[in-house]
Order: sequence, then structure tokens, then C-alpha cells
Amino acid sequence: MERDLIVGGFGGQGVMRLAQLMCYTATETTDKYVSYFPTYGGEQRGGTANCFVIISDEKIGAMTAPKCDDLIVFNNPSLAKFEARLKPNGTMFVNTTVATDAPKRTDIKIVNVPATEIANEVGDIRCANLAMLGAYIGYTGLLPAENIKKTAEKKLGAKRPELIPLNNAAFDRGFEIGKAAREAEKEA
Amino acid sequence: MERQFLKGCEAIAESAVRAGCRFYAGYPITPQNEIPEYFARRMPEVGGVYLQGESEVASVNMVYGAAGGGTRCMTSSASCGISLKAEGMSYMAMARVPAVVLNAQRGGPGVGDIRPAQQDYFQATKALGNGGFQYIVLAPSTIQEAADMTYEAFDLADKYRNPVMVLTDGFTAAMMEPVVLPEQKSEEELAAIKAAKKADWALKGKVEGQPLHKISFNAGSKPPQGKFMNTGEDRNKTDAAMYELWKEEEVRYEEYRLDNAEVVIAAYGVAARISATAINILRAEGYKVGMIRPIRVNPFPEKPYAALDPAKVKGILVVEHSIPSQMIYDVKLATGNTIQIDTCLRSCGEIISRDQIVEDVKKIFAK
Repeated sequence: MERDLIVGGFGGQGVMRLAQLMCYTATETTDKYVSYFPTYGGEQRGGTANCFVIISDEKIGAMTAPKCDDLIVFNNPSLAKFEARLKPNGTMFVNTTVATDAPKRTDIKIVNVPATEIANEVGDIRCANLAMLGAYIGYTGLLPAENIKKTAEKKLGAKRPELIPLNNAAFDRGFEIGKAAREAEKEA
Repeated sequence: MERQFLKGCEAIAESAVRAGCRFYAGYPITPQNEIPEYFARRMPEVGGVYLQGESEVASVNMVYGAAGGGTRCMTSSASCGISLKAEGMSYMAMARVPAVVLNAQRGGPGVGDIRPAQQDYFQATKALGNGGFQYIVLAPSTIQEAADMTYEAFDLADKYRNPVMVLTDGFTAAMMEPVVLPEQKSEEELAAIKAAKKADWALKGKVEGQPLHKISFNAGSKPPQGKFMNTGEDRNKTDAAMYELWKEEEVRYEEYRLDNAEVVIAAYGVAARISATAINILRAEGYKVGMIRPIRVNPFPEKPYAALDPAKVKGILVVEHSIPSQMIYDVKLATGNTIQIDTCLRSCGEIISRDQIVEDVKKIFAK
């Protein structure tokens, strides 16, 4: 069983950090194979940033998959670039505050998450990635939410302890959105 | 042992520290900047030295000096930066000092591309500098291997009193994977290693009653074995004998799903791990395909390629992030041109997909 995820956005939106937090948690709390492969342009803030994550029961060879199970997009260029790479019936998580273009595919599931808006509401725009990560975990149940929050506290809280409660609040709000989307799907 | 989720560069640098590396000099270049960054933070904690030279040439020559003093030492760079280190790498080969040089390959030639590639195979295996010398060249395909091979490189360098190259790439340098790091060598063990070098050949200053050691980039260094040699040719012969010995003792390769294979993939490093995924897909569809992966690209594993039976193997596919292919010549030499060789290539930052390999293997079967 192999799960492939692509995360795309602008540099500075916490795209890489989101994926890393998940991978740290998978490494430290499961026996699964994990790989994280980043690609980014020469710029930092504002440049393109995306990464490929694989979590698998078997040894990982290729670190990018032609088609992914899940896709998280933080901006319109990522939506345009990666939408076609999602498997049919795969799930696209869209940061609707920034990625405002309408998706073209009709054979995929879409979870809308106003991640940047949530981050602003909890008090810091930098928490947008935690809101999105919460939604992803709430929807997929891939890893326990508590474990992710512990990793975030350890990896992000050491340098910026004042952001811990904000990160947790953003994560929880995203989590509820993801969970609700999953439940609505089951009912349908 | 505990797994840690680490970036390739971090795993490499920490493994070097654990192997006893106590001197690192380098100059920044993408995609390996996290290696010097890690050493800058870590070396003071273990009583080691981190130095950013004013250039690649300066930093490799600092390592030459540290190696001459018997300290386990390392430098790293990427592609065009490695080219600049050619002078020092050649001098270290002539002086026969143990050091570790790591190349996180990026696109080329010239400044090329900051994105990853495997375009320095010729350079690493055939001509790291002038004079026809060789290093043992280790080629990791995962971050775990990058950690283990960097660790091993320090032992190999001391064993042969010759520099060793770790030939990795920008993919492996920037990726993150779970890693079990090698054990930290004890201070006692490291002190004993250094003392043995000082007693034999390394620089120690003038000690009353003991012969003076000297290190030289001409034929003047005390040779690893035998009597002192004054001519360059004698030194060349000694080195040539060592390169022959490597072919007997230091070849490392992996055979992957090679049973009854009718098509054989030849790939090293990151291209090999992508090929493994393609082979699993093809085997599941009934295609008899396998791989011979050089774990060290110098000395090259000639024997397993030479052992392929042209009556059974339809073709070989070299998979490499280099256009044109470079490893193809070693495969041709090893097989004596008895088997058709095709290539599956990308370069300058573009990544080979598993689908591309699958398609190219199927083309060989369809011939």
C-alpha cells in the first residue's frame, strides 16, 4: 500500500513544512517507509514551491509518482499545474482564500479549506499550513491528530513558542472542516 | 536503533562527524549548502574545525593540509565546484593523503543548472584532475546509503591512504527519508587512528630521535609501503598496483530481480532506485527484467555485466540522469559489445519517471 501526495504553493506559505510535519510524524510514530522530495525555484518567498510525499508499507524506489492519491494546492499556479496528476476519484484540498480558480476535473473529490483566512482569524497568516494539514488529517485519518500536533509543537514551537496555541487552533479548525467533508461524503 | 527523518545533507554531515571527521572546509554551492551549514553548527560541539574557504580551491587545499596532519577530514561541493577542486584533488592523490570529497551532482556542463543531475560520472571515475589518478567512488541511491557510505568512506580513505569520493546528487541531498545513523566512533578509537598515522607517515613536526615526515605533491611523500621513491614513475606504478587491487577487493554492486532477466537495467544512484520501482511494475506484468546496480562506480563492477549471457539477454538499458549517457562506456567495455545497449536519459534537473523506464524496457522487448 503506497499513498502519494503532492503539495504545491508559493514559497513562504509553509508548503514544505506542512509535508515535513507529516513525514516527521510518520517516521517517529509508525514503521512505514516515508519519502519527501522537494522542488523549488531559485526564489524563496513568492517563488514556486512544491513537494512529493510518499508513505508506504514497502521500500520506496521512485520518489515521485506519475499520478497521486491526494493533492494539496495553496495557489492557482499549483492548481493548474497539478490537477491533471490526481488519480480519478482522488482528493484535491484547495486553499480557497488564495487558489480561487475553478477546478476543471469532474472525476475528483474536492475539499475546500479557507486556510489563509483561518490563519488570519486565529491571529497569524503563517498558520495557514497548519489549518490545511488539519483538514488533510481530518479527512484522511492518515495519522492521529494528536501526534501531528506534538510534532508541530516540537519542530515549530522551539523557535516560536508564542505560535503554539495559534498553530493548534488553526489545525483544529482545519481538522473539523476535513472531518465534516468526509462525513458528508459518507452520507451522500 | 532509532530512525530519524533527515535531509540527505544532514544525514551525510552527521555520519561524517560520527566517523570521526574533525575538519571540514568548503565553499557554498547549491544543492549541498546544508552540508557546510550543518558542520558549521556541529563541529564546535565535537572539538572539530569548520572553515569556509574563500573559494573551492582554497577549501580543498585546506583539507589537503588537514589530511597531511592525520586528521579525518572532508570537503564537499557540487559539479562545477568539484571542477574547481581538481587541483587539490590531484595533489592529494599524488601526496597519497586520506580525505573524503563529496559531490552532490547538479546539471552541467559549466554552471549548468542548480537542479539535480548525474552528469559527473566521467569526471568522478576517469579524471578528477590531471595525472591519471583514481579515487574509490561510492554511489549511494538512498539517504540511508548516503549516510552509511559517507561513514565508510573515512575508513576506506585511511585503509588505502588515498582520498575517497562520495558521488551523490542534488536529489538525494535535498530529499528527506527515515535514516538510522551509524554509531559514533569513540574518542579513544579516533585517537588511535590518528596516532597510527602520525607514527607511520603523517606530519607531526620535529620530534627528537624520530625521522621527519613529509608530504609532497610531487614524488616526495613517504610511500604507503616499501622504500622511499624518488621518481614520479615509481609512484605511478605503486598507485597503478593499488587500482588493480581495488578491482579484486573493493568492487560493490547489487543484483536486483536478475533471475531469468531478458532485459537488464544498468543504473547507479538515484536512477537505480527509480529503476527498481519500474522493474517491480514490469515484473508484475510478466516482463522478465532486472538490474545490475554499481554501488561503487569506481572500481566498476565489470564481472556481473560480463557474466550476462547474450543468448538470454535481449538488451541492456542504461538509465542515467545525463544526456548523453556516460556510464554506457563502462557497460560496453564490460560486456564486450555483445549485447545491444539502449539508454533512458534525462538531464539538467529533469527527473526520469518510472513510466519512462517502463516504456523504454517494453520497446526493447518489442524489438
